[in-house]
Amino acid sequence: MTAIINRQSARRVSRVDRFLTFIRVFLVGLIVVGVLAFLAQQFIPDNPFARWRNPDAMGLTADQFKGLLMSGLSQGAMYGLIALGYSMVYGVLGFINFAHGEVFMAGAMTGFIASEKFNDSGLWESNFLLCLVLIVIMAISISTLMAVLMERVAYRPLRNSPRLIPLITSIGVSFFIQNAVMGLFGPASKPYPRLPEWLAKQRSILTFEIAGTKLLVLVVAAVSMLGLWYLVESTKTGKAMRAVAEDKEIAALMGINVNRTIVTTFAVGGAMAGVAGILWGLLFRSVTHMTGFLPGIKAFTAAVIGGIGNLGGAMAGGVALGSAESVAPLVILEPLGVPGVSQLKDVVAFTVLVLVLLFKPSGLFGERLSAEDRA
Amino acid sequence: MSHLLEIQDLKVTFGGLDALSGLNFHVDEGEIVSVIGPNGAGKTTFFNAISSLVEATEGDILFEGESVLGLEPHQVTGLGIARTFQNVRLFPNMTILENVMVSQHCRTRQLVFGALMQTKAFKQEEREIRERAEAALGFFGSRLVGYRLDQAAFMLSYANRRRLEIARAMATQPRLILLDEPVAGMNPMETAELTGLIGRLRSEWGFTIVMIEHDMRVVRDVSDRVVVLDHGVPIAQGSYDEVSTNPEVIEAYLGRPVEGRA
Amino acid sequence: MSATMSAPSSTSKAAPALLDLDWRRIGKWGGLCAMVMVLVSLIGMPVGLERRMIIEGRLSLGYLSLVWIPLLFGYVVSKRVVLEGVETPDPSARDVFAGLCTGVLSGLGPMLLVLGIDNFNLRDPLVNWGPQLLEQLTFGRGIGFGVAAWFGICAVLGLLGSLMHVLPKDVRRVVSFVTYGLLFISILEAVISDLSEGFGLESLTDAMYAKRGGLTVKSSIILVVVIGVFSILTKGRLKGATSRYKELQGEERKRASIVLFSGVAGLCIVLPLFLGKIVNELLANVGLFLLLALGLNIVVGLAGILDLGYVAFFAVGGYTTAVLTSAESPFFTPELHFGFALIIVILMAGLTGLVIGAPVIRMRGDYLAIVTLGFGEIIRLLFMSDWLKPYFGGAQGITNVPPVDLGFATVTGIDPRSVFYLVLVFCTLAIYVSWRLQASRLGRAWMAIREDEQVAEAMGINTVNAKLMAFVVGAIMASLSGAVLAAKVGSVFPNSFMILVSIIILVVVIVGGMGNIAGVLVGSFVLIGVLGGPRQPGLLQEFQSFKLLIYGALLVFMMLQRPEGLVPSARRSQELHQEEFLQDAWLKGEDHDREETEAVKQPGAVSGVEGEGDPA
Repeated sequence: MTAIINRQSARRVSRVDRFLTFIRVFLVGLIVVGVLAFLAQQFIPDNPFARWRNPDAMGLTADQFKGLLMSGLSQGAMYGLIALGYSMVYGVLGFINFAHGEVFMAGAMTGFIASEKFNDSGLWESNFLLCLVLIVIMAISISTLMAVLMERVAYRPLRNSPRLIPLITSIGVSFFIQNAVMGLFGPASKPYPRLPEWLAKQRSILTFEIAGTKLLVLVVAAVSMLGLWYLVESTKTGKAMRAVAEDKEIAALMGINVNRTIVTTFAVGGAMAGVAGILWGLLFRSVTHMTGFLPGIKAFTAAVIGGIGNLGGAMAGGVALGSAESVAPLVILEPLGVPGVSQLKDVVAFTVLVLVLLFKPSGLFGERLSAEDRA
Repeated sequence: MSHLLEIQDLKVTFGGLDALSGLNFHVDEGEIVSVIGPNGAGKTTFFNAISSLVEATEGDILFEGESVLGLEPHQVTGLGIARTFQNVRLFPNMTILENVMVSQHCRTRQLVFGALMQTKAFKQEEREIRERAEAALGFFGSRLVGYRLDQAAFMLSYANRRRLEIARAMATQPRLILLDEPVAGMNPMETAELTGLIGRLRSEWGFTIVMIEHDMRVVRDVSDRVVVLDHGVPIAQGSYDEVSTNPEVIEAYLGRPVEGRA
Repeated sequence: MSATMSAPSSTSKAAPALLDLDWRRIGKWGGLCAMVMVLVSLIGMPVGLERRMIIEGRLSLGYLSLVWIPLLFGYVVSKRVVLEGVETPDPSARDVFAGLCTGVLSGLGPMLLVLGIDNFNLRDPLVNWGPQLLEQLTFGRGIGFGVAAWFGICAVLGLLGSLMHVLPKDVRRVVSFVTYGLLFISILEAVISDLSEGFGLESLTDAMYAKRGGLTVKSSIILVVVIGVFSILTKGRLKGATSRYKELQGEERKRASIVLFSGVAGLCIVLPLFLGKIVNELLANVGLFLLLALGLNIVVGLAGILDLGYVAFFAVGGYTTAVLTSAESPFFTPELHFGFALIIVILMAGLTGLVIGAPVIRMRGDYLAIVTLGFGEIIRLLFMSDWLKPYFGGAQGITNVPPVDLGFATVTGIDPRSVFYLVLVFCTLAIYVSWRLQASRLGRAWMAIREDEQVAEAMGINTVNAKLMAFVVGAIMASLSGAVLAAKVGSVFPNSFMILVSIIILVVVIVGGMGNIAGVLVGSFVLIGVLGGPRQPGLLQEFQSFKLLIYGALLVFMMLQRPEGLVPSARRSQELHQEEFLQDAWLKGEDHDREETEAVKQPGAVSGVEGEGDPA
């Protein structure tokens, strides 16, 4: 029996496979060497290995490292929130809603417009919390509306076409929204008003120095995630969503209104993106019509990392990706003597995507897809 | 003597469920063998395992004495095993002729250079591909040739799609053809005609045939041997008459008589 | 919808009452139309496009960007779903009335906008909310006039749109010929004036076009008459000619094709001699993008691999050329001749195709799209990074790429005509390659993979190799385009290679017609030529800031309404509308073959075949 199995593995290896193995080994080697060099520079800075590629390496102080990690986590939490939308739509309809990043951007844009008006009227300073609640509500409504409209206009007519057709359509939708927003509100980058001091100041929690804003991001993301979890796992709507994700036809036979469930899915995903939009605005305090593009793609990456269709996975994937892209340049690339590592943040994010797909195409926590979508 | 196709203790498992377990079975050159069994008995899985679309968990599949396990599906086809699909899977946007031409891919060699330079070898090969394709299509009478050659495959009727799929399998120049429910969805006249054609596939083209079929008349008329699968286990093998009177087979199809009434 | 729903209520055979309409439908479409008009205004099209005249003093592109909307909606609202075999009531006054109502309703859009701008100040978020837009929307004659005028215009246009269903076919033909002809001539202003100047006919253009652009009123009237007469005279001839061409067999067909081909080739060679710099520049750009689109057509259209990082190969071509030929490349300056560089470019592109292709080739189609997009971005970011700056110059790129010295001529960006000729050579090659490959063993394998990858594999095709081959062929075409670009511009920058380029080329391929060389040709001429590329202006330069918006909208529209593209390959359009087709065939009783009708009764079997099935 073992003889057969050996021959089997021997025969399957083609040139492409060999090349893939090479890429895998190379990437893993790069990571290992980078981390080792980092550790060497960190603890025994004078040995030749530490000086091998980057003689001027300073290493990181513990505070710097924690700071990086915190930025990564908070940014990752936002990726996670956006990723939920990708993951849910993919789970239910089996296609990548490329325009989901624009839904997020719409949330951030709404937040900007509203907060600026509040700032002009003085409410922003006098009662920040009320303003925050209001802009979150507005952003959620606009993002939800946009996601639902998108589904109604562009995706519903394509429900049964091959998978790439709705993907191409969503690229068009994304393009359209980006440029319509540019036309409506102008191409300039739009600054959010200043945050109150009590929120923005540094806080110290468990020896972790963290800006209040980032803390807010983490808290809000966690709360939204819990809410979503409750919705999907414990309510009737959530059950309907899971049923539709499993098999649309049978769900319809069981008396579930498939169309309404799909709309709900888009709406919930849109709402999460809206929340993420506001958080983005508060954290980076600037938004343009292109804000949705990169975070959108990275959020999709996060969804894939966590296993598409898997909501907990999407959140975890987001956090993982956020931390990786904030830590990896300094921990892996800098010790190897690569200059200007902060420019390579996005390269790291995309490489993570390739890595995950090379090693575990179904994501770290497993996909949850219907049989037909898995093909 | 060595068999054309030999299955040894084949087992295929999907997520803990045995789709096939312990299948032992062989096909000799020039035979027509039918595989029957109730729905979900693992018949299509059996075909998929032979053509490498699913991986065998245990056991071995030998074709001309060589294991085909671990080969890519296209390599299996290259060895000389062609197949059709239960739910007819043509290339709908390609013409009928192209459908049959493309399946000779593994028998032909020309690549970019020949196509660009229109070399003699390229033209010669194209001509041969076309001739073979037309020969395979001509096997089904006038239905698939003539003006139909340049029609897209999706325009065909259901029965013609089944015929085209068989023609496509024939064009891969196989030694063994796996037919998955070749007459499903056909009316009695078409069924009778195709039954005759299956016989001719062996006598005129020299193919060995393994066929999954639910229509017992077809099974009776063409097969030399019948294998009955139930829940992934072979429960009977032999001639049609032997199998059709086997109590286990009848039970698998009709269910066990309720004890109280028996 | 409306037709079938309201038909039973009018039981009498006599003409149904005029008011017996599907008001909900009218309300929906009218409201939508009003919203679209407001959106277009606020995006800034009317103001931004105002400078460009179609007909001097009467119609500017700015107004045109608004008036087509009620026209289209009027057309749509009175359109009936035609079912073969089901009696469709003839279009009647009711439909026209519906169009009129939609038009009137859509007048609400400009009205509310005008009143809004007059009374509120939303300038802050909405950059186009302001006096300029107000001025434009009221035609500079006060609020009252503006509102009334818009209601009038919208009503008339809605009416016209719905009239298109009522008019006899011949009249419709004349009307559309005249409209498109006028638009066409007006858009092609630059080309036509260049040409006539080249032939020494300046007086003609002076008479035709006004000084500030646009047709003069007089000439447009003359043109209307001329085009109208032309359309009547050519009625049926064009179709006749194409069908006669298609019917030709063997030798005759060959001869006709040769005549046709040499005609086109002659035009391509001779025409640029009479064209000015700007138009030649435009042609060169169209050629560059055509080359890219031809490559993507092989990858997406034939092999069905959605490669969104296609721009990476364009970048590789550009950078390789720059490094090898430029004297100012920071690291390695062999200063090769363009011709030698080209060989290395092709090798590099093939290699990159393999390296990028290998990891993604086994992925699911949609994952592949995103991952290739990632690769495209990675390559650009790497070229831009400080890390590779010593080799590729970082964000400043590589400058001073020398012109192409051909011995008898020099191809440089200063002389766009020479660039066009160079691009023409490459495009011809690419077309030849696409054409030959399409009809070869490899091309058939690609198509089979596009249709159903698993079955293709089971039919003996080594899908991994075939897909990699598609990647490589596409990559080489893109890299050639990149090489010419580097020589043309004289420098390469990372920002010329944004993901945007990939997506625009995808739009070109899809709008033209996937998997179809003629479609790709038409797509690049129409889109890149008229609207412009990512950075290159087209004939309508005013569209610069709106073209991406239009590309996005076009992509969505094409996918929803005409997935086969402008120039479909005949087969493909049948497939994409196959349900209609089958239904028609059945109802017409076209198939006397009994078994054919049987197939039609099993639509389930039909839809079961296409797309990706499951393995079981």
